[in-house]
Amino acid sequence: MTASEILKMMPLIIVLATPLITMLIIALHRNHLTTMIVSVIGLVLAIIAIPYSKALDLTKIGELLIIDNYALFYFLLIFTATIAIIIPSYPYLEMRFKGNREEYYLLILTATLGSSVLAASTHFVSFFLGLEILSVSLYALISYLRQTNEGIEAGLKYLILAAVSSAFLVFGMALIYSQTGKMEFNALMQFFSNSSKLNLISIVGLVLMIVGFGFKLAVVPFHTWSPDVYEGAPAPVSAFIASVSKGGILALLFRFFSQYDVLNSKPLFLIFALLAVFSMFGGNFLALLQTNVKRLLAYSSIAHFGYILVAFLAGNNAQNFKGVEAATFYIVSYFITIIGAFIVVGIFSTREREAMSVSDYRGLYWRHPWLSVAFSAMLFSLAGIPLTAGFIGKYYVLASGIDNQLWTLVIILIVNSALGVYYYLRIVVEMFSQPEEAAETKHPSPSVGVMTGLILAVLTIALIWLGVYPTGVIGAIKISVMGL
Amino acid sequence: MGLLSLVTFIPVFGALIVLLIPRQNEKAVKIVSAVITFIPFVLATYMWGQFNYTMSGINNEAQFQFVQHFKWIPAYNIEYFIGVDGLSFPMVWLTTLLSFLAIIASWNINKAVKGYFALFLLLETGMLGVFVSLDFFLFYIFWEVMLLPMYFLIGIWGGPRREYAAIKFFLYTLLGSVLMLIVMLALYFNVKDPVTGGHTFNMLLMMDQSNHSGWLLGVDVRLWLYILLFIGFAIKVPIFPFHTWLPDAHVEAPTAISVILAGILLKMGTYGLFRLSYPIFPDVAVKTAYMLAVLGVINILYGAFVAMAQKDLKKMVAYSSVSHMGFVLLGMSTFTDAGMNGALFQMFSHGMITAMLFLLVGVIYDRAHHREIDGFGGLAVKMPIFAGVATLAFFAALGLPGMTGFIAEVMVFIGTFSVYRTLTILAVLGIIVTASYILWTVQRVFLGKLNPKYENISEISGRELFTLVPLGILVILFGIYPIPILNLFRASMTHLINLIP
Repeated sequence: MTASEILKMMPLIIVLATPLITMLIIALHRNHLTTMIVSVIGLVLAIIAIPYSKALDLTKIGELLIIDNYALFYFLLIFTATIAIIIPSYPYLEMRFKGNREEYYLLILTATLGSSVLAASTHFVSFFLGLEILSVSLYALISYLRQTNEGIEAGLKYLILAAVSSAFLVFGMALIYSQTGKMEFNALMQFFSNSSKLNLISIVGLVLMIVGFGFKLAVVPFHTWSPDVYEGAPAPVSAFIASVSKGGILALLFRFFSQYDVLNSKPLFLIFALLAVFSMFGGNFLALLQTNVKRLLAYSSIAHFGYILVAFLAGNNAQNFKGVEAATFYIVSYFITIIGAFIVVGIFSTREREAMSVSDYRGLYWRHPWLSVAFSAMLFSLAGIPLTAGFIGKYYVLASGIDNQLWTLVIILIVNSALGVYYYLRIVVEMFSQPEEAAETKHPSPSVGVMTGLILAVLTIALIWLGVYPTGVIGAIKISVMGL
Repeated sequence: MGLLSLVTFIPVFGALIVLLIPRQNEKAVKIVSAVITFIPFVLATYMWGQFNYTMSGINNEAQFQFVQHFKWIPAYNIEYFIGVDGLSFPMVWLTTLLSFLAIIASWNINKAVKGYFALFLLLETGMLGVFVSLDFFLFYIFWEVMLLPMYFLIGIWGGPRREYAAIKFFLYTLLGSVLMLIVMLALYFNVKDPVTGGHTFNMLLMMDQSNHSGWLLGVDVRLWLYILLFIGFAIKVPIFPFHTWLPDAHVEAPTAISVILAGILLKMGTYGLFRLSYPIFPDVAVKTAYMLAVLGVINILYGAFVAMAQKDLKKMVAYSSVSHMGFVLLGMSTFTDAGMNGALFQMFSHGMITAMLFLLVGVIYDRAHHREIDGFGGLAVKMPIFAGVATLAFFAALGLPGMTGFIAEVMVFIGTFSVYRTLTILAVLGIIVTASYILWTVQRVFLGKLNPKYENISEISGRELFTLVPLGILVILFGIYPIPILNLFRASMTHLINLIP
């Protein structure tokens, strides 16, 4: 490995080194705050390394990794999101967990590493390694609050289902490898694009891989684990699963199919279109009557990934990556909103329980006006109301769909956004309605730390900034998807 | 920054200022809000002085005034493109006036004062933005931006059933905007910018049929898009059968918000028909004109009869709005000079009259804490000034000669009589129903023996009078001498009629 290759990989190397250093520090001096600060510093350093890495010409690192602008864009997104999740985790753990809190950061950092490897991988081996680093870290993270039954239940559920889906994935890979003798994405896609060579085994392999993807992204009908896991996991970890973990997998999905014309391939198009339609309707209908905020966000996240799949269908290479562009923008806005929403949920948690029921939020405006305004902004963005990032994202997806005449999908998407508004609005209504006098004392009364408040403010401003003036980010995304 | 942008965005900057004022200082919040809403009114009045009556606007950028046009989101050819013509300027002026008066009328708000005034100012920017936008995307953004503050203003500061009313309002209007969104996107991808060759959201380019793609020129496609867009606007007007959100929203909304709702928001529906539906789909507009006229007459008669049956004073006024908006629809369905100008004049005139009526209902509700029409009686004895102003407003609403309502209705009838004779006769019958419910109401509330419960009711205050008198003066002034307003419309309306085949 040459020096410039090492330099190119610097962001990844820093994220790899940070958990190791953290581990040593824990061994020497166990302190919650120090661990948190070291993790944040590591991530900040990794972000600082990104522009230097971008300046280097070379992209391919051996067979396994490719650090192009696309990967770097996702690195930036993933690292920033992790910082935004780690900082509010500190008061959350202080309040809710009595055991060793330091290892939490270790696990988050390794999970981040896994997710960013996914964004940069071009090979089955790096893909599987990245995925397993991510999943194994998540098993432990989900049941980190081991005093709660829900935590253990969620961790176990995720363990079994993620392991099964990994098995599907790896079996699919093996079948494909047996037919092609290749594990490199581009070579594989050349094989699949040439229909004369296709046979049953390779197709079964591909389908098994899609099943694996489906599980990881929690799209209907592979979604059943997600509400339980979202509910049982600590709020910051739920945010992590919804954003960083799924983001890395999506980045890989886009890269995997980047040279394949999904839009004009009948069977694949049909499979993804059905996944998208089922996810949109399934997610929204299940969320409609949900009274638990965390489950509601889980179901709504299923629907959001349905929307993203519509954009994914609307184009990769053959369509100038318009669809991937739209999907990436959507992911950025979704990251901001879902992390913000879970931070609010985390803030309202008490020692005994998390603020999960919609009724916990009743009359929030009258007690914490700023907090409720931030939460409303997040919910409005999820609902796709103008002047928020969510609206531009949804518009972007719709536009890419209409551009490719996917009318059915587009109309289903619009109907679903209207459905979505209803349940997001329900939470907003609760927040702004008058609290009953008697119930006043029962409500958790949170204290917002300076740093958490700051993160929430930054997220809210970013949300509105993207909704009003998205041009800068759109430009960055355009550049990053160009080289796919 | 251009004058028009200033008018549009001063309120939202005001909202930020209001948010920075300490919470306890409620007086300062109110005064700042009043000053902030007064500035756009002054600027708009100044613009009226500068307004060139001969410039037509509608589909020609060079004919618009106070234009600002630059790129906003180039990736999607979205532009910041605003300007006014004879169609939008009267609405802009009316919006600035009513917003100022509504702020004064909100003086007795005492719950979460900061939030109320900040949202109100945001709402004003949204309303003004809708009227000045000439880019469909921008128009849509403002249209939606208006929704949220409205939702909160009803849902937090409203009456007992405010949450139900607010969510009903929100869901109805959201449905409308979703339909509008579909049409907007369909137009975007099928209208070509003749200069760049790309897609465009520019409304004026959408109005040029030669920019439409082959798909968009299909007869069925045009009809469907027109219907979707029409429903989007019909919910706002509201046109029967999409009107059911209106009485709930009005009854629960605080007084000032009812004023804005009836005075400005309802007009946006018909404004949208004038601004978008007619010029973009003129062929379909002609084909469906008779249906529109029928809907107008249904609105007039249905609204009037339902208003007569109401026991709640505010609900009565709300249904009278449904009835009066019917005249706008009837007038605009004729494509005649008198009919179209009459429709626009009715929008303007009803904006002032209905604002007065809601303010009056607010005054009485603040004193009696109920709105049962039968629960009053003989109030003229104790509140002679109030009764005088109220009678003026009620007479204006029933179209008494010498006031704006009369001019508008006569113009509409002149326009329609030659086109739809039967419908006009039915509509004229509506006037009789209107007169009867209004006179009956005046009689039950103000005349007769004084209800002993209101022995000590206090006379209308100076502040309340301050919100009513300017409107009263304008109603009479423009009722006797409507030329200044009609001059504003004329060039634009003539041009619009010429666009219709």
